[in-house]
Formats: sequence, structure tokens, C-alpha cells
Amino acid sequence: MTTSIDLSQVTLRELNKRLHETDEGRFVVRNPRGAHALAVGITTPVTVDVEGSVGYFCAGMNMTGTVRVDGNAGTGLAENIMSGLVRITGNATMSAGATGHGGLVVIEGNAGARCGISMKGVDIVVGGNVGHMSAFMAQAGNLVVLGDADHDLGDSIYEAEVFVRGKVASLGSDCVEKEMTPQHLDTLSRLLEAAALPAGTMSAGTMSAEPGDFRLYGSARELYNFHVDDVDAAAAAKGKP
Amino acid sequence: MNQQQWHHRESYTFDRNVIAEIRRAANTGIYRIRGWGAKRELPTFDDLVFLGASMSRYPLEGYREACATDLVIGEGRAERPVRLAIPITIAGMSFGSLSAQAKEALGRGATAAGTSTTTGDGGMTAEERGHSETLVYQYLPSRYGMNPDDLRRADAIEVVVGQGAKPGGGGMLMGQKINERVAEMRTLPEGIDQRSACRHPDWTGPDDLMIKIIELREIVDWQVPIYVKVGAARPYYDTCLAIKAGADAIVVDGMQGGTAATQDVFIEHVGIPTLAAVPESVRALKELGVHREVKLIAAGGIRSGADVAKAIALGADAVSLGTAALIAIGDNDPALDEQYRELGSAAGFWEDFQAGNDPAGITTQEPELASRLDPELAGRRLANYLQVLTLELQTLARANGKSHVHNLEPEDLAALTVEAAAMARVPLAGTEWIPGDS
Repeated sequence: MTTSIDLSQVTLRELNKRLHETDEGRFVVRNPRGAHALAVGITTPVTVDVEGSVGYFCAGMNMTGTVRVDGNAGTGLAENIMSGLVRITGNATMSAGATGHGGLVVIEGNAGARCGISMKGVDIVVGGNVGHMSAFMAQAGNLVVLGDADHDLGDSIYEAEVFVRGKVASLGSDCVEKEMTPQHLDTLSRLLEAAALPAGTMSAGTMSAEPGDFRLYGSARELYNFHVDDVDAAAAAKGKP
Repeated sequence: MNQQQWHHRESYTFDRNVIAEIRRAANTGIYRIRGWGAKRELPTFDDLVFLGASMSRYPLEGYREACATDLVIGEGRAERPVRLAIPITIAGMSFGSLSAQAKEALGRGATAAGTSTTTGDGGMTAEERGHSETLVYQYLPSRYGMNPDDLRRADAIEVVVGQGAKPGGGGMLMGQKINERVAEMRTLPEGIDQRSACRHPDWTGPDDLMIKIIELREIVDWQVPIYVKVGAARPYYDTCLAIKAGADAIVVDGMQGGTAATQDVFIEHVGIPTLAAVPESVRALKELGVHREVKLIAAGGIRSGADVAKAIALGADAVSLGTAALIAIGDNDPALDEQYRELGSAAGFWEDFQAGNDPAGITTQEPELASRLDPELAGRRLANYLQVLTLELQTLARANGKSHVHNLEPEDLAALTVEAAAMARVPLAGTEWIPGDS
């Protein structure tokens, strides 16, 4: 069942309340007019199609829901997503997919700075470029970038993996290029497939890319532990005080 | 004079602690990381006294007349405001830095006393949720273990911008405490020296925070209050901005506030004392016309009912305890002196919360050590301690003629030092002089 909601007539509170009280179905949201916190806290397998651009934190903490935005998104798209799918046809501002624990975020356009910051298991596929400090302190999950990555990619990265097809302006602290294994290629193929839209639909083919064209970046793991010297022990070994 | 003494004169500039630290630094090449809070001498609430009743002020009977202590946070905005029996809460401390037994003990003690406890930088555990009637869920930059289910299980959400021990620093948990369960809850490899983010990943500045608070309220359907916690750095401005962002309560944590693990240089040299921070936050609340409506929770070095009463008299609505609560449940117990000494410390001095080898079973993840702490008995000790603080608070409030502790006011106080008079903006005892005001 599809329910149409016009945000010029209904408050954000009413919309989110309905989404929280619904177990299933499809909602079409008209006139989002850049609303913040739209479709946040969904914990059921509902589908929300937003016709227009959204503000901050759209689909925040999404769990099992599907949120599709035909437009652009403000800061913190799908922040802390747990599972499900969040997809936008346009560009996302800063911190898209921040701290996401699971699920898939697809941005057909570009993503701004700090895309995938502190990600904890989410998969993010960006059709265009990502801004500086993307995958900052990224802990787990995959960030796939079909375009270029700006400066300090993967700064202080943990176990997340970053695939970039285009140019990387610079890598951040402790982030290095890694060898792509067959397992990585499988992961990449799976994500590209999951992110692609079927032929004949809006933006079809946006995500088409060959896994072999990508390079892989991850942690050098040099910052995982403090380096602690012990001169006393060395002195004792030499019989010195 | 005995000439011998001059050969043993300790340098004020290079005392034994300074020498030990230089030697430690020269051996290891890494800054000192430790727990506890600031250990240096600072202006404190001890530098204030209550005036008590007199010809013009009537006291209440100490044992008979009612002196209420209850507090409601978030009324008017949250569907389920936080209702506390006493204005003394337990501060955020993570599972990970503390053992599951210690978290349970804090929950038991706080619940028995009718107050709240708080999660920390490691998510919410079933144990602490189960044993805490009122649980505040911290929303930290790291977002370890953050999820909408736990968010909705919380009785309040505390957006942590900073903490008193390290305004501007993120959490820290040394590898020896990152066991399998802790690592899994935080999505990190086991055994790493975890340094949490110090900035929130998806908002910067007060305008963003306002939208973030709306998002959190929307996720939990406006059910529970939202607190904002800041380290005492610029409390006047931070309080103004937190009010503007829509917080129901502001927690201001002074530099005496404790930590599980932080650089010593950070603990001792960043932030301002609690005594100096509270009046600045109150000034912001009053200027914006929301004093006693948006609640102020003062934290950092609160030890006694006198501290609680003085913080409230200066305009706070409640206080929060961390270090004192750990001591109440058994930290630095003299009975463990020998074991502390084996670790190079002694009862009364132990501060190595980062090390994970706490003989009291509190700041550890070692199952054998943690099992030494009996959560039921430790919880009883905490409940007793909170009761004493409350009785002391009421004693002081009655002596000043107040039928509710929130009626305490700066007029009830005098300062013993010029510094305290200037910071607290109460007159120097025996004068009408408030430095800077006249």
C-alpha cells in the first residue's frame, strides 16, 4: 500500500510518528523542502520515497527501512544507519553515512567532506567524488568511490576498506594503498551490483564500473598502539644503572 | 638548626613527583596516561562557607521540618521527564573503563537512592539498563554501540561535547582493557589503544547541534529529555549555546572531573575549576531567562553534602558524581593497600584506572579481578553514601531556612579567599566585597 504525504500540509513530527508506528508499506513524501531529520529512526521494513531535496540527518539511524531521495541531501545523510538502504539521486553534503553500523548507502552524485566518517560496518557507494577526510577514523565497512577522493582520505582509519576508481588527492595519517585480493574484488563487484539501478529506471547505469579499475586503501595499523620505549630494560641488559 | 636538614631540602620546583615524571618520560618516550582527575591544589567549594541563620533568617528544625530534594528535568518538552528524588546523579562512566560489576553496583546504588546513572563511551549494556531505574544514555563523538533501540530504552539522552578532565579530548581506553566483549561493542580490533574521536562526526557548532537535538527528539518521539554535557572551558558561552540549541539540561564538568584514561598534561592543565564554572553557567541561564527551567548539573570534584549544597546555592539544580561514587563502591580501599603497593602505588594514591589491573575490581576487564566486586554490597555502599550526601545537603539547607534545597542562594554564602570570592561572586567573609563587582 502506498501512502502519499505532503510535507507542506503535514508536520515533520506527524510524518516521523507515522513511520515509527507503521510496520510495512510505501510512503511517498512530497514537498520535503529541505526538511531536517526526515524519516529518522525507522525500525521497520517500510519504504519511503522522497520527491525533492532533504536537509540534515535524513534517514538517521535507519534500521531495515528503505529511504530513497530524488534530490540532494544535507549533512549527515543516513547517519548511524544500522541496516536497510538509503539512496539519493543527487549530491550529499558533509558526513554522509557517518558512524553507520550496517546497511547500504548509495549516493549517485558527489559526497562532501567526511563521507563515511567513523563508519562501523556500513557500505557506502558514491557515484561521483568524495570530499576531504572521507573515511576519517573509519572502523569497519566499505566505502566505494567511482570518482575522485579529496585530501586526507582515510585519516586514522581502522579496519574499514576504501575503494577509489579515480584520483586520490592525498592519504591521511596511517592510510596506505593495499593490494587488491580476489576477495576484495568480490566485495567490490557485489557492492557495485547492489548499488546499480536496473536498466530502464531513473539513473540507470550510474554505478556501472569495472572492479579492476579501482584501487584499495586501508590502515597501515601503525597507530593502533602507543609506542613505549624502555631504556631501563636496555640499561639493565648492558649492566648499566 | 640541624645542618643535616639543608642537605635534604626538597626543591619546590623539582620535587619528588616532578623528578619521577622526568625520569619516567626519559625511560618510555610517551606522555603519562592515567585515570582519576586533577590532583593539584585548586580553588574548591571548601573556599566557601554558609552563613546559616541569624536574627533576620529563620532556620528550619533539623530533624523534623520538611526539606524537599526532588528534581524534574525536561518538563514541558519531553513526554517522560526525568524525575529524581535527590539532586545528586551518577556521571557517565563506560562499560569498558569499568567492569560490568561496577556498572551494576552504580545502577543498584543510584536506583536505591532514587537517582540516575549514566552510560559512557562504550554503549549501553543490558546489565546497567537492568539495574538502573533511570538511565541517561550518552551520545558521544565516537558513537560506539550507538543504535536506535538503546536510544529508545534510555530515560534521557546526554549529548557529550566534552568532559572536565579533558575539554577538547576524546575518550581513551588502553589495549589491556579492550577484551573481546569491549572490542565487539565498539567495533574495534582487540588490544588496540583506543583513542576516541574528540569531535562529533556529523555536526559542528551550535546551529548544527540544534538540528541534531531535533533529530534525536524525533527518533525517540519526543519521549525523553536531552542533556548537553560540556567540559568547563567557556561555560558562559557554552551554556548560552546549549540553551539556544534546545537542551533540557546542561552538565558542566569542572577540571576536577575524573577520567578513566587521559594524558596527565590534559587533566592538570586544561579547563577551569568547578567553582569557577558554575556561576558562569548560571549567569548565562539567568540572562536568557531560563534559570531553574533549563537545568544545570554541576560536576567535577563533588565529594560531600557541603559541595552539593554550595553548587546548588550558586545556582546549579543538581550535581553529578564520578570519582566519589567509585570510592564509595570500593576504589582505593585501605584494605587493598598491599595490592596497590605491589602495583607501585598505595591505597589513597591509586590512579592507574587505565591499566586494567585494579585490585578493587572496578576499573578492570579481568574476570578474576572484576569478580572481587560484589555489586549488591557495593550498591548498598553507594546508596548509603548518597543518603549521607542528601542528609548533609538538607542539614545545610534547613540551617539556612530553606524548605527546598533549590531555595539555597548565593546570599547564603561567603568566601574565605579573595579568589573564591571573585570566582563565585559572593562576598569575602566579613566584608561586602566581591572582587570585580565593586
